Amino acid sequence: MASIVEARGLLKKFGPLVAVAGIDFAVEAGTCFGFLGPNGAGKTSTMRMVCCQSPLTAGQLYVSGLDVRTQGRAIKALLGVVPQENNLDPDFTVLHNLVVYARYFEMPPDTARRRAYEVLDLFHLREKAHSPVRDLSGGMKRRLVLARGLLHEPRILVLDEPTTGLDPQGRHMVWQKLRQLREQGTTVLLSTQNMEEAARLCDWLVIMHQGRILAQGSPADLVREHVGSQVVEVPADAAPAIVGQLSRGDATWEEVEDTVYVFARDREALHRTIGLVPGATYRPATLEDVFLHLTGRGLTE
Amino acid sequence: MSRPSYRAWFVWQRDGDVFLRLWRSEAAGFLGEPLFVLAAMGFGLGAYIGQVNGQSYLSFIAPGIIAAYAMFGASFECTYGSFIRMEVQRTFEAIIATPLEVEDVIAGEILWGATRALLSAMALLVVLAVFGLVASPWAVLVPVAAVFTGFAFASISMVFTAIVPGINTFNYYFTLFITPMSFFSGVFFPLSGLPKVVQWLAWALPLTHGVNVVRAALRGAATWGLLVDVVWLGVVGAVAFWLALVLMRRRLIK
Ligand SMILES: Nc1ncnc2c1ncn2[C@@H]1O[C@H](COP(=O)(O)OP(=O)(O)OP(=O)(O)O)[C@@H](O)[C@H]1O
Ligand SMILES: [Mg+2]
Repeated sequence: MASIVEARGLLKKFGPLVAVAGIDFAVEAGTCFGFLGPNGAGKTSTMRMVCCQSPLTAGQLYVSGLDVRTQGRAIKALLGVVPQENNLDPDFTVLHNLVVYARYFEMPPDTARRRAYEVLDLFHLREKAHSPVRDLSGGMKRRLVLARGLLHEPRILVLDEPTTGLDPQGRHMVWQKLRQLREQGTTVLLSTQNMEEAARLCDWLVIMHQGRILAQGSPADLVREHVGSQVVEVPADAAPAIVGQLSRGDATWEEVEDTVYVFARDREALHRTIGLVPGATYRPATLEDVFLHLTGRGLTE
Repeated sequence: MSRPSYRAWFVWQRDGDVFLRLWRSEAAGFLGEPLFVLAAMGFGLGAYIGQVNGQSYLSFIAPGIIAAYAMFGASFECTYGSFIRMEVQRTFEAIIATPLEVEDVIAGEILWGATRALLSAMALLVVLAVFGLVASPWAVLVPVAAVFTGFAFASISMVFTAIVPGINTFNYYFTLFITPMSFFSGVFFPLSGLPKVVQWLAWALPLTHGVNVVRAALRGAATWGLLVDVVWLGVVGAVAFWLALVLMRRRLIK
């Protein structure tokens, strides 16, 4: 399959600060591609370059075969953009926000109204159509920004932390809509800090940290490769004995503050190395373990 | 930098939509205030002044007020108005995620600023006509003067908006530039009474030329010389327009 977004040596600097450190990635058409990373990792900077809103410092970036450096208008016509920060027009009602936005895509007025009601229905906002935007709750505003991004039926969606500010119901609803869109052939590019979102939604994930890509793959492969299938959290009092045993064995482990995390390929390997430790928590490995393992457990900013 | 395109009209339409929703609350600004100034100065001060250049004081200042409020209208729109849309509401950011570029947005904002000037001038012209202060069919030149004055000041204001660090900085723009301009452009008294040096300086001010055209139009004293005024407004406007596009791209695209 051909890549619909392709970056080579993508570099973004703000003065001396390197926000994106020359990364390569390729997004296959019709898939959901996720950027996962802590604060300041460079997710937004990367996505803004894809959206032709921020010039590249160096490198190459193609969207649907078009060069972002020279064909911004054509690319932007293909993209549905949901920025990290809501930027709805507070001067208008919900419906008029969409109608005005449709004009920027040169949609005929009757198509615009029809599409506006369709996306309002999709995100359960129809009954708010005539409310001023400032009267909406935070979650409704976020859903309206998502609706606005879908208005012109874009082939590629670029979503910067789409579900922040949504309650669990809202989040699940949005995930379901996004999966549906992907089934219909839309390519989805998203950034997130939410492991569940990344694991449930993304076909391919890149884990970013300090402007670099540390690892990439499908969520399941990332877990398998980087932390195995089992994790044991050993509490402080049992830790010293375990650490002694571990340093002679071949399991991966990590000491964080007063807890020791032991990662293992499978249950048997684990039992051979440390046996059953009283007070320890045994659980399946998750994407969060990969994330913390790769990006470190301290605050990054 | 990309060239502004026809898409600027979509931004103009957006601003127009807001105006249509809110014009009642804004009428006080673009109609009420100039009429108060006109009445207070024209009747109050006019009673002591008698005639200026063969006109009643009220007739003398009326065209000046039209031009000055065209300037104020465009300037407020493209300073406070544009700044809030840019920094507070992030409207510009939302628009440039669509096929529009920064240049389209800024061109649309400036066109809307010029439109505000036109609306304000037309509203005042109608009121003056009702009171018999419009003597000549040359009054058709008033909208032309308003659009050119509006374009010049919308563009100059946008240059300033592109470089201010925060909204409070506009106080300097208004107290040191716009307000003094309204006193030295022949709005309230003829420039001929001023020292020659000051007259020359006043000639450079764009508002002087807006006032010239509107005054000549209302008196029915149009001459080819008015073309010079219009061209000067156009030149100042065009230079500022171009500068505004360059500086806004620099500010917004990082
Ligand atoms: N306009 C800007 N000017 C200067 N520095 C910037 C600018 N935008 C981003 N940065 C810096 O670039 C780095 C990457 O920021 P970016 O917003 O891309 O991170 P992120 O992964 O989206 O983080 P978050 O999860 O907090 O949204 C940060 O160090 C940030 O401070
Ligand atoms: Mg971000």
